[in-house]
Amino acid sequence: MQALTFKRGVHPPDGKALSAEQPIQVILPKENSELFYPMSQHIGAPCAPIVAVGDHVKVGQKIAESPAFMSSPIFASVSGEVVDIRPMLVPGGVMVNSIVVKNDAKMEEIEGLNQGRDYTTMTNEEILAAIKNAGVVGLGGAGFPTHVKLNPPKDNPIDYILINAAECEPYLTCDYRLMVEEPERVVKGLQIMLKLHPNAKGVIGIEMNKPKAIESMTKACEGISNITVQPLTTKFPQGSEKHLIYAITQREVKSGALPASAGCIVDNTDTVVAIERAIVKGRPLMRRVVTVSGKGIKNPGNYKIRIGMTLRDLVDAIGGFNEENPPVKLIAGGPMMGPTLYTLDVASVKTTSGLLCFTKEEAYIPEEKNCIRCGKCVDHCPMGLMPFMLNALALKGDGEGFVAHHGLDCIECGSCSYECPAKRQLAQSIRAVKKVEAGKKAAAAAAARAKAEAEAKAKAEKN
Amino acid sequence: MANFVVSGTPHVRSKESIQSIMRDVLIALVPASVMGIYYFGLRALILMVAAIVSAVFFEWLYEKIMKKPVTISDLSAVVTGLLLAMNMPASAPVWVAVVGSAFAIIFAKQLFGGLGQNFINPALAGRAFLLASYPTEMTSWTSAGNFGADAVAVATPLAQLKAGVTPDASFVDVLVGNIGGCLGETCAIALIIGGIYLIVKHVINWKIPVIYIATVFILTALIGRKGIRVPSYEIFAGGLMLGAFFMATDYASSPVTPKGQIIFAVGCGLLTTLIRIFGGYPEGVSYSILIMNLVVPLIERFTEPTIFGALPKVKGAKKA
Repeated sequence: MQALTFKRGVHPPDGKALSAEQPIQVILPKENSELFYPMSQHIGAPCAPIVAVGDHVKVGQKIAESPAFMSSPIFASVSGEVVDIRPMLVPGGVMVNSIVVKNDAKMEEIEGLNQGRDYTTMTNEEILAAIKNAGVVGLGGAGFPTHVKLNPPKDNPIDYILINAAECEPYLTCDYRLMVEEPERVVKGLQIMLKLHPNAKGVIGIEMNKPKAIESMTKACEGISNITVQPLTTKFPQGSEKHLIYAITQREVKSGALPASAGCIVDNTDTVVAIERAIVKGRPLMRRVVTVSGKGIKNPGNYKIRIGMTLRDLVDAIGGFNEENPPVKLIAGGPMMGPTLYTLDVASVKTTSGLLCFTKEEAYIPEEKNCIRCGKCVDHCPMGLMPFMLNALALKGDGEGFVAHHGLDCIECGSCSYECPAKRQLAQSIRAVKKVEAGKKAAAAAAARAKAEAEAKAKAEKN
Repeated sequence: MANFVVSGTPHVRSKESIQSIMRDVLIALVPASVMGIYYFGLRALILMVAAIVSAVFFEWLYEKIMKKPVTISDLSAVVTGLLLAMNMPASAPVWVAVVGSAFAIIFAKQLFGGLGQNFINPALAGRAFLLASYPTEMTSWTSAGNFGADAVAVATPLAQLKAGVTPDASFVDVLVGNIGGCLGETCAIALIIGGIYLIVKHVINWKIPVIYIATVFILTALIGRKGIRVPSYEIFAGGLMLGAFFMATDYASSPVTPKGQIIFAVGCGLLTTLIRIFGGYPEGVSYSILIMNLVVPLIERFTEPTIFGALPKVKGAKKA
């Protein structure tokens, strides 16, 4: 089948060879180690703890939830005692209130766990409720609650359910290993999603640099008429939601809109496996696969960890740093979009897909020079923006100009900075202004809403 | 525990740098430079060295005086110097090359903010300045193959076309550069090889040179000259190849937008043809590129690319 793709984009060296052929290893937290469960590991309302300090919790026990629809509950991934509830650093760089559980290493499971069901006999409402009650969110990075995604507004009929298996970030191989080792679970998860949207076609999009994954998934899909495997050109950011949709369906998600508006639902490979686990195995989201890589780690590989483990415990469990060439930079996720960490004392969360340990050579930051207007950022921007201009506007502090030149449509993929021969920090400056301007926009919208409500109220009172 | 580096994304960068780009441009100019030396002898080499050394010197001097970081290692001044020399007749005195480099670097480039901020091509600005100031020195063409005291004054093929006479040089002479002209512009084949190298290395894209040359070809074919209609001869004679591949593609003074590049190239081709056929000069490449340089901001304003997922434009949308 011909490989599909989007326009523009970049070809960074993929670095996947370090971990690609390392089978997924299960890592269990050590006895008496502390696990941290931040109250916000998803987009939407944060959870509130439903356990107290001193409580004993069991594996699979719901320990935090929120009444909001746009939220996702949190589960204990070990058994032990709740020793504290305090702010803890998460990979995004902020402190989030977290439940701290001291692992008793007994792995006692809560009653009612493992009540797997046959999804074909469940109603759609039951499936969505089960997914919500299992705490499933998008594990690719954004953490969008999956039950919300799978239940789009009724005026958006879904034609495609796309599995984002592009894994276009260099170094990361966790999705690749899942597809090679457990393809039937990916397929089962997709079938459950297709049960909710019976008119949709299931497409699994995989980049061409993963021939084994394409082969294994194709085999697992044999005889299933509504699922196909679609090879994609190896190009960054092929796994960007909008660009994956464009590559496979030729549809453009409009500026500011969600994929459902283009008739698509996109979910990451590990998310689909989490759905399968929630329904078929009856187990909530308690673990995920993480790629630990880079030349600064002794044993690069793919590890199935208990969510909540600190990254320090993870690094210790797999043999530690490379002593001869220790890392100088730690990245949560991939090297194109992952934030850096200043410490290993960070809780792993639902969206932690990778930990990269970069040595001095790998972490080299080149000196920023004048823009020479070569236009390579424009030639490579997958959103069709003019990053050099947005960078200039950002440095000038011209927020209005920034918005007028579509700065808010930037997906922060970093293709511009990657290509820039003057080594300018284009993506970084754009991201900074984007935050400010998006905040202003939200505040203005909120103010307008408040004004409209006040006016409506005043009008109602008059009458 | 060691402190870890915290930085913005992305954490991997391409190997390309300003220096590597400029190095590629210099490599691409090697064939034409070698041919220039072959045809015009030692004088060509001396002019090139003088222009390069003085361009680098003035860049260094200006940045020292203005207490700015010295950027001569990015090789852009070397490129400017070499391009300026290639736009001069081999018989020009060395001091003219030095003056030209000074003007190009200080007035066209540094006063506007240095690399990337110059709104016109520095080498062409230097040449235009020299042509206006020292017309005799800048238009004494010697024939290829005759150097030093033996140099014989000749008319360039384009000047002969302008005068309405059939040029002495054959089509093959024009292709290989065995004609009078600026020392770097005569060998079309060498310039094309260099241009292809730049396109293959993704330093420039094909749009500006190909469209520029094609526009000149089509227009000279359509308009023609009195009696002589030789578009394939016209595109290889004169400075078109040098201008199209190496001057019109200057990053700072050409549009970055894909549509803008097309408009820019067509504009260059149109002006070149008009100057050559109807204007006062036999050659129009330098001035047409300089004029088009000036309208780049305007072109860019109207050719901003459509973004991915652009909302349909609402006609006559009411303001709230």
